[in-house]
Amino acid sequence: MHRTKLLDHVILLIGVFIMVGPIVVAFMTSTHEAADIHRNGLQILPGGHMIDTYTTVLTKEGGFTGKITGLRMILNSLILGIGFAAGKIVLSMMAAYALVYFRFRFATITFWMIFTTLLLPLEVRILPSYEVMNALNLTNTYTGLIVPLLASATGTFYFRQFFKSIPDELLEAARIDGAGPFKFFIDVIVPLSKTMIAAIFIIMFVYGWNQYLWPTLMTTDETFFTLVRGIKQILLVWVGSNIPDYNEAFALAILAMLPPVMIIVLFQRWFIKGLTESDK
Amino acid sequence: MAAIDILEVSKIYAGGVEAVKSVSIDIADGEFIVLVGPSGCGKSTLLRMVAGLEEISKGTVTIGGRRINDVEPADRDIAMVFQNYALYPHMTVYDNLAYGLKNRGTPKAEIDARVAEAARMLEIEPYLTRKPRALSGGQRQRVAMGRAIVRKPAAFLFDEPLSNLDAKLRVSMRGEIKQLQKRLGTTSLYVTHDQLEAMTLADRLVVLNGGRIEQIGRPLEVYHTPASTFVASFIGSPAMNLVQVTREGTRLHFGGQVLETGRLPPLPAELTLGIRAEDLRLAQPGDPSLRLKVEYIEELGAQRLVHGTVDGKTLTAALSPEIDIADTIALTVAPSRLHFFDTSTGKRITQPLDPAAGRRESATLPEPVLV
Repeated sequence: MHRTKLLDHVILLIGVFIMVGPIVVAFMTSTHEAADIHRNGLQILPGGHMIDTYTTVLTKEGGFTGKITGLRMILNSLILGIGFAAGKIVLSMMAAYALVYFRFRFATITFWMIFTTLLLPLEVRILPSYEVMNALNLTNTYTGLIVPLLASATGTFYFRQFFKSIPDELLEAARIDGAGPFKFFIDVIVPLSKTMIAAIFIIMFVYGWNQYLWPTLMTTDETFFTLVRGIKQILLVWVGSNIPDYNEAFALAILAMLPPVMIIVLFQRWFIKGLTESDK
Repeated sequence: MAAIDILEVSKIYAGGVEAVKSVSIDIADGEFIVLVGPSGCGKSTLLRMVAGLEEISKGTVTIGGRRINDVEPADRDIAMVFQNYALYPHMTVYDNLAYGLKNRGTPKAEIDARVAEAARMLEIEPYLTRKPRALSGGQRQRVAMGRAIVRKPAAFLFDEPLSNLDAKLRVSMRGEIKQLQKRLGTTSLYVTHDQLEAMTLADRLVVLNGGRIEQIGRPLEVYHTPASTFVASFIGSPAMNLVQVTREGTRLHFGGQVLETGRLPPLPAELTLGIRAEDLRLAQPGDPSLRLKVEYIEELGAQRLVHGTVDGKTLTAALSPEIDIADTIALTVAPSRLHFFDTSTGKRITQPLDPAAGRRESATLPEPVLV
């Protein structure tokens, strides 16, 4: 075993400082008053306005219509994040199951077609998607926000690779045990994929949580605003002699960070297992 | 429990490769049949066709008089044991055993009873709540067998179930499988590439080569009267010595050396002679003898295998370890222990010379000697 030396600690400490430093600064700054921040720049010492800033951010009804609170935005973000993650997992698992376990013509071609869409970022198809949703009158709905992004090449790809690594004999044993395709999926495939599901869930949740462009395009109704949009909104008040509420923007940013961090902390063990382990 | 009838079954893969060529086997109720052959001989394919995991291209398979060509594997009333056990890794041993019964809608109480019975039989009761990963290879194999037993099927299908175990465990599991099968009396079809496993387990052996049956018979029958050079070299360890010889009257010419047999059945002039390594023995002093030039010796403890050449033709003799081996030794063989094969087709030419050839000490004829 390698013995830890002082230098190792120094390197790690520098890493921690670089990673955590900005977050600490953001948090400390959020506890000062907006005017303070405007005058003195970023802060690294606590400012004593933490509770009122965060209460304001969470409960003050803001926005143009004055109806949207921080809590509402958190809720929206959660719906989006969890909806994305859950929907993508269900859809891509079923797609991968069909690709791996059912022999149908053009399966390989289908897979590669799905796979190549990995190369296309969301932005490429964002306008057509918007058009479709608009025509279906699904703008300003959760359905419109979530459904068009559910098809996931990444998820399908990961699950396909995972299913391929499950030994064929398991399927054969299940067939002899009288499990049909549906039962095999529910009784064997899903439980075996637990760690994989956790890994994909985290990735997709963070992806959904951080969506900015798509919700901006799809929603004009402020009750559908997400946290990420809210942060931007706060800084949009630079008119006349108004000072933007820097403290509130920072507070929102900190709040926006918490759920993904919590999810990762909670699922960490499974996440690592899912991406590294192939114990079957 | 049921008889299995495999009638002219063929497997033709897309692309025209014929893996199994018109194979017919009649399996009696309660019989233990072992399919044996080298890899790629079609033995697993045949088993999987009986199991319903591969489609039957031609021919019919009936189990208990019912044609099962188009029946789902689950409805064929069979149970299969796989080489890599194929246990469900996320289920406990109990659930692994119970899964097939649950899918059939067996009442809970009966599942409990059957699992308990199988667990007792296989001595896996302490592990019922464990997951397969917490078990050793031998225990996993027992669970896999338990999963077959609880179903009380008409037939067991074994696909090289012992190949993943270490040598010692393999021998003890072999014994257990045999006993279990005798106790349950369930018709069994067992695939292996290990001829020793085949010999010890089988009521009848089916030797397959290139998708065709080379020979079907009781283990000793196959051992003592192999139907072809393929069977002769595949069954038995060390493999039977096969030597190209020419016949002249009652003499067999080994290159420059001659074996005087005393008498021979009608044979072609060119033939392949088969001699089991253990049928070769040292010629008594004073006998005219054939000189085996010893190349190397394998010590097995109970016997020693002497590899050498007789006029350029390789021979292996299994001799007692008590005999001192010189550089050249004189060997002899009882004429009743000679096997004759057609050189071009590889088929066995005649029944053995002596009707009592199956027995060891059958030589009433004068000992022939390699001159």
